[in-house]
Amino acid sequence: MSAASKHKFAMYWAAACGGCEISTLAIDDKILQVAEAFEIVFWPCVMDGKTSDVEALADGEIAVCLWNGGIRNSEHEHMARLLRRKSQVLVAFGSCAHEGCIPGLANLNTREQIFDTAYRDTPSTENPDGVRPQVEFQAPEGLLTLPVFYDTLKTLDQTVPVDYYLPGCPPEAERIWDALVAILEGKLPAPGSVIGSDSTVCEECGRKRNEKRITAFKRNWQVLPDAETCLLEQGLVCCGIATRNGCGARCPQVSSPCIGCYGPPNGVADYGARLMSGLASVIESSDPKEIERIVSEGLPDPVGTLYRFSLAHSLMRRAAKPQGARP
Amino acid sequence: MTETRFEPRIVGFFCNWCSYRAADLAGTARIKYAPNVRVIRLMCSGRVDPTFVLKAFACGADGVMIAGCHPGECHYLNQNHKTMRRHALLRHTLRALGVADERLRLQWASAAEGAQLAQAVDEMVAAVRAAGPLQWPRHLREDAPGLDGLQRAAQARDRAAGAPHGEARA
Repeated sequence: MSAASKHKFAMYWAAACGGCEISTLAIDDKILQVAEAFEIVFWPCVMDGKTSDVEALADGEIAVCLWNGGIRNSEHEHMARLLRRKSQVLVAFGSCAHEGCIPGLANLNTREQIFDTAYRDTPSTENPDGVRPQVEFQAPEGLLTLPVFYDTLKTLDQTVPVDYYLPGCPPEAERIWDALVAILEGKLPAPGSVIGSDSTVCEECGRKRNEKRITAFKRNWQVLPDAETCLLEQGLVCCGIATRNGCGARCPQVSSPCIGCYGPPNGVADYGARLMSGLASVIESSDPKEIERIVSEGLPDPVGTLYRFSLAHSLMRRAAKPQGARP
Repeated sequence: MTETRFEPRIVGFFCNWCSYRAADLAGTARIKYAPNVRVIRLMCSGRVDPTFVLKAFACGADGVMIAGCHPGECHYLNQNHKTMRRHALLRHTLRALGVADERLRLQWASAAEGAQLAQAVDEMVAAVRAAGPLQWPRHLREDAPGLDGLQRAAQARDRAAGAPHGEARA
């Protein structure tokens, strides 16, 4: 196929760790088929390219753009709008774009608190003049600008319309390949849907399940789980009950509880609420004091446990900003 | 000009068999109590998915009251025990998100306890009034400095380019 007739492909990262790109390359030699089928026009992680190259394209000229990362600052938002305009299919790729992921947990803090930590409080910070990022700085050579750091990290679909979601932190290479094949063969599901299965991790988990009666939630270091029984039954907060499958239940298979990176299955508006519902059903107590003990001892960080990957995409989206937080 | 008093908006999820009837009884008995609770009748307090509570707050409610049958008296055997546990999980989560405990109240009320329910509503309204407005959408407003100019510029660019994809989903 000549370059001119190939579909154009882009992949971009915003507030992300780069794991999505690694997972994409983990499709191994099939990446050559991707290069065969697509003309890669923009992929800053693996090849040189400039924003101006994207700007020079016609609207809708990119066939598919895989976007990973949340929207943390105004540059991310600008790139999201630009790539939305240039792409026929925009995929929220990976947990950060889909649900905010770990960077979204910063929504527990205000922008000022984040800056305090990054530019003042950490032991390795040496910043005697208390310098903070400025949006504009008048240098003798001219006006310098930096993107605006937002108060609240947004997901991609809170910023621009998104066609498909590919969940996971990161998405498993097999699922990425499935999605690329679906795109190439034009066998995509209805726009707006998640490309993946629609059951929970428990479905793929081979552990034995009995009736669950939990009298104490334990943390990972407190228990050496047996290899056969459901981890939740053993008191670990395994989030598989509320999490979409697609990963092959990799974590529970090696005795590590599911932490929910694939997000909720279809039809769930709020991942943490789903998990709360599930956990409430397995706590074996009807005594308010006992319940209080189980919850406060077992879930010392409720948001970090129930919304580890999904705070930015939850109904509440963030913690309350203090009154008069406006800087 | 007189300063208007803050009137809390409280969403109530009341169970059909006990607490909704208690509210009914409070009405027929002409008990006076605060009109701030908008009651949604459900078949059971066990039907209250935590999603409902979070959605109420996210949409701007200042408080949420969940009311059901006393433990041991549930029309569906023990579903209100689940409510009790969900309430504990919700309270801990909301506290971590900076939503004060008094904004979420779990209230047991049998069909005969109109007076008790009315009193609970009064207490909650007073507590939420003291805590002030929550108005969650306000917390999502982006007010990082320097943003207005950049956003206007981005929107102008999009408009100039004929932005074919419209506005983002909220």
